[in-house]
Amino acid sequence: MTLKHIDEYRDAEISQNLIKKIKSISQKEVRLMEVCGTHTVSIFRSGIRSVLPASISLLSGPGCPVCVTDQAEIDAFIELARIDDVILTTFGDLMRVPGTKSSLQKESAGGRDIRVVYSTFDALEIARKNPAKKVVFLGVGFETTAPTIAAAILSAAQADVKNFSVISAHKLVPPALEALMAAADVKIDGFILPGHVSVIIGLNAYRPFFDRYQIPCVVAGFEPTDILQAISMLVEMLESKSPALDNAYRRAVTAEGNAKAQQILTEIFEPADACWRGIGIIPQSGLKIREKYAAHDALQLFDIQVPDAKTPHGCACGEVLIGTKIPPECALYKKACTPMDPVGPCMVSTEGTCAAYYKYHSD
Amino acid sequence: MCLAIPSRITKIENNMATIDVEGVQREASLLLLEDARVGDYVIVHAGFAISKLDQAAAQETLDLLREAIAAVDKSESKQN
Ligand code: SF4
Repeated sequence: MTLKHIDEYRDAEISQNLIKKIKSISQKEVRLMEVCGTHTVSIFRSGIRSVLPASISLLSGPGCPVCVTDQAEIDAFIELARIDDVILTTFGDLMRVPGTKSSLQKESAGGRDIRVVYSTFDALEIARKNPAKKVVFLGVGFETTAPTIAAAILSAAQADVKNFSVISAHKLVPPALEALMAAADVKIDGFILPGHVSVIIGLNAYRPFFDRYQIPCVVAGFEPTDILQAISMLVEMLESKSPALDNAYRRAVTAEGNAKAQQILTEIFEPADACWRGIGIIPQSGLKIREKYAAHDALQLFDIQVPDAKTPHGCACGEVLIGTKIPPECALYKKACTPMDPVGPCMVSTEGTCAAYYKYHSD
Repeated sequence: MCLAIPSRITKIENNMATIDVEGVQREASLLLLEDARVGDYVIVHAGFAISKLDQAAAQETLDLLREAIAAVDKSESKQN
């Protein structure tokens, strides 16, 4: 029988057994953090939180790409939308994120040309069809998304599509893990590492981080058994005091990662310092477009002035992103801030921790 | 944004794959993937196939998880 790679990992018997195992070995109080928005949603949707013993706390980290995008970057996107002859192209999540004074959705309602696309190639197609316009794509995302954006820039360069550019606000996961460990008030005992970031960068990319901090790290897939397996491995490591870097998503993640995607990524981008919402500047945690492709770098093509960026008053997204607060501890949660009328990005994005709490957490 | 659902490649033309996601046909670029073939299960992210699922590794993981169940069942029946 061929595996379809879906139902097999939703097997109730396997899940029950993993839960039993976790319950039988867990003694210590431990705090495990997932650093992937898709994990956050999957954990809430499957109800994993409610079946774990009280000794295990799950924290959501800075794994939602839209949520970690700095306010100044959001404001820069809005400024770009206001330039005449620009068609702004973006993934849908960004539209409703409040900037200091406006949002892309408001700009769009006000007549600016902003188009939501499914893939970077759709944005490239818009550029081909509108040669008189300047088409800019908002490059937000982690190592999973960055190669798809690099592929679009490379294709634009090869086919000489001169009116296509990207503003790169990408973020990299391993440097963020370092920053989390260095932050004094953050207490994390183990990491559930992101499955699809790891598909690209490979398990070995976390090795320097692991060697330095000796903290249990397990890469996980997205089905309930994948996540439970990773939690069980982490708890085992913590109980036996034998931290390791391991892989619970072997069907998709290798030690070396996806070489072809890495090659396209490094052809287009080089590491650069980046500012994360809630964390601040993390050295070498972003990507900038190499000089060779400057013709497709929106930062070089347009003079974007961002006046003082201010995060929404009272929004605790910054603390939520590093796990020092949970959404119900924010004074605005469920009151001034709801998915219909969000104050911060963590409530806007479907992958945001506040949105996940709102949808799935009964309190 | 990240389709965590694995999709099967049903056709390949000019480095573009037609994929079947639980019965729905979609297109995915193969620019970021080495040696994809018709019949492979792939993970698609924002219109690009980014990983091929390894059948053998998948089977191994499932076998291990099921073996663990068998072991627990055995030890429980011994205790009773
Ligand atoms: S509930 Fe709303 S205001 Fe509070 S942290 Fe979350 S997004 Fe920000």
